Amino acid sequence: MKLKLVPEQTSFDFFSRWKLWLGISGFMIVLALISFGVRGLNYGIDFRGGTTIRIESTQPVDVGAYRDALAPLGLGDIVISEVFDPTFGPDENVAMIRIQAQEGEEAATADLTRKVEKALKSVSPDLRIVSVESVGPKVSGELIQTAIIAVLLSIAAVLVYIWLRFEWQFAVGAVLALVHDVTLTIGIFSEIQLKFDLAIIAALLTIVGYSLNDTVVVFDRVRENLRKYKQKPLKEVLNLSINETLSRTLMTSVTTLIALVSLYLLGGDVIRGFVFAMIWGVIVGTYSSIFVASAILLWLGVKRDWSKPSNTAGNQFANVDA
Amino acid sequence: MLQIDLWKRVLIWLICAAGILLALPNAFYTRVEQANDARAALEVGQDSPELRARAAQWPEWLPSGLVNLGLDLRGGAHLLAEVRVADVFEARMESFWPEVRDALRPERAVIGTIRLLPSEKPDELRVRIGNPDGMDRAIQVVRGLARPVQSLTAAGANDIDVRAEGDTLVITLTEAEKQAVTDRTVRQALEIIRRRIDEVGTREPTIQRQGTDRILIQVPGIGSAAELKEIIGTTARLTFNPVVSRTTNPNVRAGAGQKVLPAMDEEGVYYVIQAAPVVTGEDLVDAQPSFDQNGRPAVTFRFDTSGARRFGDYTRDNIGSPFAIVLDDEVISAPVIQSHIPGGSGIITGRFTIEESTNLAVLLRAGALPAGLNFLEERTIGPELGQDSIEAGKIATVVAFVAVLVFMVLSYGLFGIFANVSLALNIALIFGLLSLIGATLTLPGIAGIVLTVGMAVDANVLIYERIREELRTAKGPARAIELGYEKALSAILDANITTLITAVILFAMGSGPVRGFAITLGLGIVTSVFTAIYVTRLLIVMWFDRRRPKTIEV
Repeated sequence: MKLKLVPEQTSFDFFSRWKLWLGISGFMIVLALISFGVRGLNYGIDFRGGTTIRIESTQPVDVGAYRDALAPLGLGDIVISEVFDPTFGPDENVAMIRIQAQEGEEAATADLTRKVEKALKSVSPDLRIVSVESVGPKVSGELIQTAIIAVLLSIAAVLVYIWLRFEWQFAVGAVLALVHDVTLTIGIFSEIQLKFDLAIIAALLTIVGYSLNDTVVVFDRVRENLRKYKQKPLKEVLNLSINETLSRTLMTSVTTLIALVSLYLLGGDVIRGFVFAMIWGVIVGTYSSIFVASAILLWLGVKRDWSKPSNTAGNQFANVDA
Repeated sequence: MLQIDLWKRVLIWLICAAGILLALPNAFYTRVEQANDARAALEVGQDSPELRARAAQWPEWLPSGLVNLGLDLRGGAHLLAEVRVADVFEARMESFWPEVRDALRPERAVIGTIRLLPSEKPDELRVRIGNPDGMDRAIQVVRGLARPVQSLTAAGANDIDVRAEGDTLVITLTEAEKQAVTDRTVRQALEIIRRRIDEVGTREPTIQRQGTDRILIQVPGIGSAAELKEIIGTTARLTFNPVVSRTTNPNVRAGAGQKVLPAMDEEGVYYVIQAAPVVTGEDLVDAQPSFDQNGRPAVTFRFDTSGARRFGDYTRDNIGSPFAIVLDDEVISAPVIQSHIPGGSGIITGRFTIEESTNLAVLLRAGALPAGLNFLEERTIGPELGQDSIEAGKIATVVAFVAVLVFMVLSYGLFGIFANVSLALNIALIFGLLSLIGATLTLPGIAGIVLTVGMAVDANVLIYERIREELRTAKGPARAIELGYEKALSAILDANITTLITAVILFAMGSGPVRGFAITLGLGIVTSVFTAIYVTRLLIVMWFDRRRPKTIEV
């Protein structure tokens, strides 16, 4: 007996309420943007400059005592947070300390690290500094710029590729789905104030790649069915294509999620934010390839008559049978 | 029908075998690493039974390439430093002023008085002249001081621009000269930093130039960057200057050609010294940490021949007067010359700790930086944290792998096992490729591998689902398999090429750990397409040839 995520053949009607789905997605995007506008992202030091120090001690973390010990140093804004992780041993207590970029300095000086270590050791003598990361304002500005360019560039590259391989309506659908995924990911990061750093940009780009992967598989089937059923209304063709690929869509999402969840639980706290972004992205991306990308395709309509040569730029590449 | 040429079969198996062979050393990481280190030591001429035993830990005929572990896994320090080139420009213009003054002086009849004005830009000299009518003459004279730029690319260009702003003569460095100076300064700094790090003796440091005036320094395996930074970041300009006077007033006026510098050890004490040094750190040939006659840490040094002569002459002529040992604009000590010191060696005493005297000796041996450094970025990861990350990554990968294997068998039965074989080969191929190209594995890189484990089965899933569909339309099993592969291909390629595009962009734009992620993701895509299209297919064809089943179940 084999495990089946969906029955052999399905005929769900995904598009009876397609305007509603698009509306919900649009509403979610607006919510994400509002959250981004109101709360803003909790930028890590990669993007705002400053220093994070990770400390480890056998004694329980006492955030208040640490704060009091650091206060006389006059370092400005200090955020101390305890880190919990199932992979830690019983007397492994970890905390992260974030110190704002110091006036007139780029990265942290050796002096700063030493002062902080000394101050904290007065609270728990066996404390050790296990990592120090410090980014100056100059570099963080450049990093933001590069990150934005990377995300935009990847979306643009994808737009061009899909346009060449399919038609422009497909490209618009796919790219709007990507924008949807990226916006919602940024939205959840601003809503729950998770640390947003360079690794999250990498996660965003992976989400772009994954969501696209999903969308392209659906679109590929749509293209095939459009040629096969020349008379069927577009809505039915889309529905059929999604139903046909549904089993694959869910299988791949499930295997990817299995891998990601094990990484989330067991991979340690250092990359947890990164993995969280990807888990979220896989879920949102799977949703968007059906309810955003395809719905937009339905909305825009597709040229149906494939018998005549077309002058749209895509055609010569679209017929290359990979 | 289901046919794969023999040469293709052989090639596929060869690629898989090569992948496994190349990946193999990583399974015995410590052992291979020790063997490699020992072999490298033997090659440079060291020899001991212990080394030979270590080298023999890994057979020589096996590949010994390892995946480099990134700093976030091995622990170590990553520093991005900016060379303060503007300092060099400033020094350059400062030293140019006497030249300009001497050239203009004979022309005073035409141009009137000359006076140096303060300038806001470091690479600029502003000189006001008393008689603006003489400006043309002044410009002509100063232009005569211009020299050609010393660089290969800017042949023919001059080093200075001279122009007039009202009654002020403005002398600036040309772009070509600035470029040449920047280039020279950064290269010198790079060399000095490399020497200093080599002196400290850590393994496999990466020291590279980035952009025009930045230097990236990565030193694996060290626990604290603080010390490293002190060693790299100190300019270490050592000079021996005649002392004019000692004072406790920091605002004391220094005469022409004199400087006021604070004492390093005594708070509130200042020395007025002659700015022109008798000898400098560049005249040193050796420096070693040692102890003075009272048993306190000190540094002994030795001058080269010309330095020794100047030092000897100076001490002979100035017995009884103090001279200052100045390090980076602080007076370490100002001993009184007791006697003629002819041998060219001496000792620097001060209130050093043993560590400080050791560091100072290292710095003096390696030479002074041509300009100061600003650290723009620092990332230090302790080796234990790196080890924890490796452990966590390993466990997560294994769990993810096993979970996906089980899930695939549950879903596709026998065909799931085929997919699993190719998934295992896929991981071997990723590690094989990583070792082959000497790529660096980072923590996000491990995440990339785990993600690949999840996504790699995608191509197989696409094919299997397609075969299921084709079976439904009641073609024979062989035909269904063939059609399944044929029709899934365009979806597989489109889907993976788009992901590959994002991986390439990540690689191009990212740095460090993020780039490590892009590498494993990109390689994972390539290998997963290969294993799905070729390896799984070969397995299925081989099974099919042997069994000739009437019906198949996917």
